Amino acid sequence: MAANEEEAVKYVWEGAIPLQIHLHKSEVASHPPPPPALVLAPRIGYLPLLVHLIKPYFKDSLPPGEDSIWFDYKGLPLKWYIPTGVLFDLLCAEPERPWNLTIHFRGYPSNVLIPCEGEDSIKWNFVNSLKEAAYIINGNCKNVMNMSQSDQEDLWTSVMNGDLDAYTRLSPKIKMENIEDEFSRKASVSSPQSRQGGTEIDVAGQVKTARVPVRLYVRSVSKDFENLEDVPEMDTWDEISYLNRPVEFLRKEGSNFIILKMRCTVLMIFTWLYGKCFTLRDAIESLLPEYIRDRAQTSGEEGEQRTTDASDVSQETRGELKLVRIQGIEMKLEIPFSWVVNNLMNPEFYLHVSVLVKEPQR
Amino acid sequence: MDSAGEVVNDGKITLEGFTVAARAFADKWKRHNLSFPPWSWIPLINRTMLKKEEGYLSLEKIIILSSLEGSAEEESLDVTADWSEKEESIDHTVLVQNEEDEAHYYDYHIVYSASYMVPMLYFRGYSSDGKPLSLDVIKRDLPSSSVSLLLESKWTFITQEEHPYLNRPWFKLHPCGTEEWIKLLSESSSSDGCQIPVELYLVSWFSVVGQVVGLKIPREMLI
Repeated sequence: MAANEEEAVKYVWEGAIPLQIHLHKSEVASHPPPPPALVLAPRIGYLPLLVHLIKPYFKDSLPPGEDSIWFDYKGLPLKWYIPTGVLFDLLCAEPERPWNLTIHFRGYPSNVLIPCEGEDSIKWNFVNSLKEAAYIINGNCKNVMNMSQSDQEDLWTSVMNGDLDAYTRLSPKIKMENIEDEFSRKASVSSPQSRQGGTEIDVAGQVKTARVPVRLYVRSVSKDFENLEDVPEMDTWDEISYLNRPVEFLRKEGSNFIILKMRCTVLMIFTWLYGKCFTLRDAIESLLPEYIRDRAQTSGEEGEQRTTDASDVSQETRGELKLVRIQGIEMKLEIPFSWVVNNLMNPEFYLHVSVLVKEPQR
Repeated sequence: MDSAGEVVNDGKITLEGFTVAARAFADKWKRHNLSFPPWSWIPLINRTMLKKEEGYLSLEKIIILSSLEGSAEEESLDVTADWSEKEESIDHTVLVQNEEDEAHYYDYHIVYSASYMVPMLYFRGYSSDGKPLSLDVIKRDLPSSSVSLLLESKWTFITQEEHPYLNRPWFKLHPCGTEEWIKLLSESSSSDGCQIPVELYLVSWFSVVGQVVGLKIPREMLI
């Protein structure tokens, strides 16, 4: 791995969110009520894994009975199988630090949340997501099925403990195919020589479709807003569109491209197809075509004043991508998608993307 | 290239193919499976792609009565359909065999998995007061062959997961291996080893999957 890629992965693994966890008032059986627990939650981890850190704060205050633990944020029950960092990026438009959550030890809302039976449930969810990602990338999940039980255990333990070194040692055993990072490949995509109308026909590069595991969480607002703190709070998960769907894009194999001497327009199309990078914007637009930005407008500089004309009106009614967050970073959409995937994916090989959109006016 | 989305050779199906197959499946079911209500196509409104319509198939409020003699065998499974929208119009004196039996209601959704490129069956059971049934209770309503698979299988067979669109816990049949047995089905069902036409994909799929949850389809649908 290139030095800067190693750094990026390190930042992802070290990313954490300070939590301030309050015991739900209906469960406070002591006086005075216990102060909130302060916990640093790994972004790539899951909330129920923190219970052993939180419970000591509250165990003397709990009413008698069996624990069935769940969390809520401003009344919204939190889905425990979504990585903590993703929940934070999605639910806090304006990042709240520390993030105030409420913990419950009773009254599990089993009509809305799937049950969580401790670490086993989370491990099962992790391995299942890994299998699904493997299926998307490799075309089958044999690589995960063929891993020994102890390797799977060790892999999970490395994620649970946030141990990047252990994970890096184990990941070759997963045998996940590479998602080609066209951005860092030596063959110059846009070298001037290859594009000028020479009559040479280069060795054809095999063009394949790459499938990349993506989980997209889309939150929409109906009105535009000035500041993120003006974004209304979420009352139910029905306000989120969850898309668990791979991004497909053309991937070139080999280092050469078909360059034919042809008429100008066709050459331009070839250059556009094979010369332009597949960006994060392209990826999101492929999943959310109703938010495709009018290409004519993207060619201008950012921040340019828009004049009112027919195309502007249609842009407003079309809807807009307001914010895209991955691993807590507000992403510039022109970044090559393959770089984003290879550097910002979660340990189960999924890229989790939180998107805030302004709805199209229908 | 068939733009309706022909079934890919290795047993998988595209999203477009699924939409076509779903409509065909629902039509055939309506025509040949008269003891059941029809499947409905539920479109995903806020996810409408530019020219494609996405959605899933839904069959709801199917009543299963289990007899008291152990787990439900195929013969004693009395699967009836609740035609009406309201539960009050069920004639309970006809359906309930004795006091200890209670009617279990089941909803089935056939949803497309973009990751695995195959359909998946989601289902849930609930009693007449709407309270969800646990897997233990549901197992009693399943054919005994399914129950033994559940016990023996190393990999998870029926799992409780969140419905991809409804934000509620449902049960799901594990998709791993689907494309393999669909491939087997298509190879064995035609002499020249042709693929299953897209219109029959879901019919073939359901002929296997439906049996796991005790729903059989009449032979006429397979033509």
